[in-house]
Amino acid sequence: MIEDMNTIVRKELRELLFQRGRFRGGWVGILFFVTVFGIVMPLQNGPDWVKSPIGLVYWAWVPFLLVSGVVADSFAGERERHTLETLLASCLSDRAILLGKMSASILYGWGLTMISVVLGLITTNLVFGKGQLLLYPVKIGFGIVVLSFLVATLSSALGILVSLRAATVRQAQQTFSIAFFVLFIPLFLVPMLPETWKIQMMIFLAGLNYEALAILVVMVLVVLNIVLISLAISKFKRARLIFV
Amino acid sequence: MTPNNAIQTSNLTRHFQTIRAVDHLSFEVPSGIVFGFLGPNGSGKTTTIRLLLGLLEPSRGRSEVLGYDTSTQSDQIRQKCGAILEHHGLYERLSAEDNLEFYGRVWHISASDRQSRIKELLTHLDLWDRRKEITGTWSRGMKQKLAFARTLLHRPSLVFLDEPTAGLDPVAAAALREDLAGMAGREGLTVFLTTHNLAEAEKLCQHVAVIRQGKLLAIGSPETLRTQGSKPRLEIRGRSFSQALLTELRARTETASLIQSDHQLTIELKEVTDVYPLVNLVVQSGAQVEEVIKSKASLEDVFLTLMEEDK
Repeated sequence: MIEDMNTIVRKELRELLFQRGRFRGGWVGILFFVTVFGIVMPLQNGPDWVKSPIGLVYWAWVPFLLVSGVVADSFAGERERHTLETLLASCLSDRAILLGKMSASILYGWGLTMISVVLGLITTNLVFGKGQLLLYPVKIGFGIVVLSFLVATLSSALGILVSLRAATVRQAQQTFSIAFFVLFIPLFLVPMLPETWKIQMMIFLAGLNYEALAILVVMVLVVLNIVLISLAISKFKRARLIFV
Repeated sequence: MTPNNAIQTSNLTRHFQTIRAVDHLSFEVPSGIVFGFLGPNGSGKTTTIRLLLGLLEPSRGRSEVLGYDTSTQSDQIRQKCGAILEHHGLYERLSAEDNLEFYGRVWHISASDRQSRIKELLTHLDLWDRRKEITGTWSRGMKQKLAFARTLLHRPSLVFLDEPTAGLDPVAAAALREDLAGMAGREGLTVFLTTHNLAEAEKLCQHVAVIRQGKLLAIGSPETLRTQGSKPRLEIRGRSFSQALLTELRARTETASLIQSDHQLTIELKEVTDVYPLVNLVVQSGAQVEEVIKSKASLEDVFLTLMEEDK
């Protein structure tokens, strides 16, 4: 199955990166993105770009943005371009198709994030290093790698789930936005909580150490990813994919 | 299922809510032939292909393709079959070579075999020189040819072609038909071809089945269907056909019916028989005969008759 997944990943990335005609194959968009997060923002933030724990938040959002831009196309795009049924009529297994497409979007989002992280490190050292080697603290560096991967996976799993049942890419994108908004509804409800609850929450958060918080976030993401991937696997039915 | 049959269905039925797209279809397709599956739009041809490829579950009945049950062994069926479905299914952002390279990997063809097979197919279909081009820029005929190459890439035993020449201009359609017939023969394939182009079916198919509203109306060789489905005819073009001649012709035992229109007499015969006595009669009556055609019903005539009868 790994070989089949690899086949799908290669095709997906090839379609994404080497399509000719559209802004020279999508490379312009990628270069713009890497320039912003690998050069412009490190220049604006100075040495804090690698030292501050806020970096974790940046690098958690970057793969989300990247993956959400491509994942809606995974099934809805093939359906719209009339290539899905031919793919389903091939000998590839359900899981190879599903996990291959998921892996491709994760690889794209997380891979570009890692390239931007490394480029940002180089930029910071070249401009602000003054002969000293500036590196991410180990825990932050590790957190960036793990969090960005988990967010890329979350975005991909959610996007695939939506794309499986969407007739068009546009519909998939709209549903994906709504689905992600629903995930964050609890945050929007916080201001409506009773004052005493809010105070207790603030005391709880103030007493938390950031490591524990990071571990909690990672655990929540892992659970969410497992649930969404399992759901996507169970929803993958060839007959249902043809008629949407 | 007998070993000589590539496909066998028994009461195959598929409902979509209240619509019965495929209605108790029972037929057999012998191995190594081009089998035409004929029917008007919406008659259930595409649904039948989807059922045979295991992409849809039947509501009732069962079918076997290459000895595998379509409900429980669809993976094995897809492993050994190729298909051009309603659409060519090419990745139009990729080049022709990339499309075949991708499907070559899908079918686990080794790198060296993949390269030589791609070259062989593209060369045969006159597409080798254009292999690096993005297929989105190609004509419909070229795309269908490439889709055909993709279908044959892994040397399948059976291919399903769902109206492969639909939408092509006559020249492109003829070229694709020629390629199809040539390569099917060369590769020893069984071809399941759906079409509503009856002339195409007549040229390509050794066996045909006619369906309407999911029901099988007739099955057999085109020759058999022509014989069973419609009577032989004698067409005489000319002028000065007298009333006495028409009366005499109608009275002949060979004649089933006679129609006169402008400068033509169409005599439907009761059975295949010698027609020279009738022609002699017309000439001796003083009619000016320009052309005499002894014709059998075409597949199109049979098809139209079947459609009319089913109504």
